[in-house]
Amino acid sequence: MPSTSPGDAPRSPGREPAVEVVGLVKRYGSKTAVDGLDLTVARGTVTAVLGPNGAGKTTTVETCEGYRRPDAGQVRVLGLDPVADAAALRPRIGVLLQSGGVYPGARAEEMLRHTATLHSHPLDVVTLMERLGLGSCGRTPYRRLSGGQQQRLALAMAVVGRPELVFLDEPTAGLDPQARRATWDLVRELRADGVSVVLTTHFMDEAEQLADDVAIIDGGKVVAQGSPEELCKGGAENSLRFTGRPGLDVASLLKALPADSAAAELTAGIYRVQGRIDPQLLATVTSWCAQNGVMPDAIAVERHTLEDVFLELTGKELRA
Amino acid sequence: MTTASGTFAPRPGAAPLPRMIRAQAALETRMLLRNGEQLLLTVIIPTLLLVLFSAVRIIDTGAGRSVDFLTPGVLGLAVMSTAFTGQAIATGFERRYGVLKRLAASPLPRWGLMTAKTCAVLVTEVLQVVLLTVVALALGWSPQGAASLSGVASVVLLLLLGTAAFSGLGLLMAGTLKAEATLAAANLVFLLLLVGGGVIAPLAKFPAAAQQVLQFLPISALSDGLREVLQHGAGVPWADLGILAAWAVLGLGAAAKFFRWE
Repeated sequence: MPSTSPGDAPRSPGREPAVEVVGLVKRYGSKTAVDGLDLTVARGTVTAVLGPNGAGKTTTVETCEGYRRPDAGQVRVLGLDPVADAAALRPRIGVLLQSGGVYPGARAEEMLRHTATLHSHPLDVVTLMERLGLGSCGRTPYRRLSGGQQQRLALAMAVVGRPELVFLDEPTAGLDPQARRATWDLVRELRADGVSVVLTTHFMDEAEQLADDVAIIDGGKVVAQGSPEELCKGGAENSLRFTGRPGLDVASLLKALPADSAAAELTAGIYRVQGRIDPQLLATVTSWCAQNGVMPDAIAVERHTLEDVFLELTGKELRA
Repeated sequence: MTTASGTFAPRPGAAPLPRMIRAQAALETRMLLRNGEQLLLTVIIPTLLLVLFSAVRIIDTGAGRSVDFLTPGVLGLAVMSTAFTGQAIATGFERRYGVLKRLAASPLPRWGLMTAKTCAVLVTEVLQVVLLTVVALALGWSPQGAASLSGVASVVLLLLLGTAAFSGLGLLMAGTLKAEATLAAANLVFLLLLVGGGVIAPLAKFPAAAQQVLQFLPISALSDGLREVLQHGAGVPWADLGILAAWAVLGLGAAAKFFRWE
C-alpha cells in the first residue's frame, strides 16, 4: 500500500485538521484583503466559505494552496506549511481555480489525461469524463468548450489525482442547473469517499445543500462558522405570513400576541408576524382571524434561512 | 450515482519525475506544433524567405551564391522564431490563462516545467533545422565545415547558446508584460532583428556606426557565427559564442529574477 514514488508525501498520522488557519493576515499594498482570519476544516467534511465579492475568500483559499505567503498568522494544510512544504503538499491536494488553467489549444481529454499522468494513482480518465458529462467533447479544444464544460473539465482536473483534500473556488459559477446538480453530486461523493472539500461560493443554496460547515467571511474575517442548522437557529427570529382581507386592525392582533412579537401589513392584504413562531402563536393568530371573520389564506411559517443570517451579519446581499 | 462507491477514495502521490517531465514536454511540443500562428512564424516565414531570396536576387548578399549566404541566417532566424518569439507569445498567454498558475499547484515542480518547455523548443528547432536544410540543399546549398568535427560542434554550440539567449529574453518578456503587449512586442522585435540582424541582408549594408551596435545583437552573433562556419569554413567563432553566452546569462538571469507566474 505505501507508495515509494518520488514526490509522495511522507504519510502524516492524518488526524490533524485538513486545514488550520490562525490569525491570517494578507495585504496587497495598502489594502488588507484578509484581516486576522481563523478557519478550521475537519477531515472528511465539506466546508463552504461564503462571502460577498472582495471578502477575502479567494485570497484565503489561495494562501492555503501555497500561492501566497501570509503577512501574519499561521496556515497548515494537512499538517504542512503550504509554501515551505509545497513539494510534499501538492501531490496531496486538488485545486480548482476560479477560472482558466488549461492551454487554450489543448483538447479536453488530452488535458485531463496529462493531469492524470502527473499523479501516481489517478482515476480512470474516460470514466471521469463520462461522470461529469464531458464524454462527447473529449476531442474538443478547450477554447471551444462552453463555459460550463470548461468549468467541469477544471473540476475533473482537480480530482483526477485522487487527492485527500480539494479546494474548489466557485465550482458552480456559470453552470446551468443540471450541471450544477451534477457537480453537487460529485462533491457529495467525494465526501462519502473520505475526501475533505473546501469550496467558496456565492450561492446560499449550495452552502445549505452541501456543507457540513459554513464559514461566513466579510471584510477579511470569519464572522460566523457552524453547520447551516446552527447558523440558522441563532440570530434573527422566524416569521409567519398570511393573506387576508386588506386593512385589518393589526394593533388588536399585536395585543393578543406575546410581548416580543411584531405584526405588520406588508402590502395590502399580506400580513407578517415575527417572533417565536410556535404552535401556540399559530393558534393565537388563527383565533384572532376567526374573531375578525377572516379566512387566512396562504398561511406559511418562514424559516430563517442562511441568506437572512448572511444579510444580518454582513449587511450585504450575496449577489449584488 | 453512476460510479461505484469508493472511486474517489484518496490515493495521492506524484508520478515519477522523469515521467512528469516527459509528459509535459510532449504536451508543450504538441501545443507549439498545433498552433497555426506559431507555425507561420517558425516554419512558413523562414522557409519562404529562404526560397524567395535564394531564387530572386532582391538583396545583394555579397560575393558567392545567395543560398550559401541565406541558409545560415535563416537557421538563426528559425532559432529566434521558436526560442524567442514563439516561446514568449505562448508563455505570455499561458500566464494570462492561468495555465502556469494551475501547473504550479500540480506535482510538477517549476524547474520541471521549465525543463519541459526547453525540450519542446529544442524538438521544434530540430524539426526546423531538418526542414530548412532539406530545402536549402534542394536550392543548391553547399555548406562548408559540415564535414569537420569542429564545424559541426561549432554549429551545435551556436544553436544551443542562441536558444539559451533567446529563451531568456522571451521568458523575460512573457513573465513581465501583459499577454497582448508580449504578442505585439515579440512580433515587432522579430521583425526588427530579421531586418537589422544580418539574417537576409549583410550587416555591411548598414552605416559603420550602426554596424558597431548591431553586431552585438544576439541574432547578429548567431547568424554571423553560423555564416563563418557554414559559408566560410572558419574555425570556432569564439567572439560570436561569447556574445551569445553573455546574452544567455543576462536574459536567463533577468527572467529568473523578474518572471511573474500570475
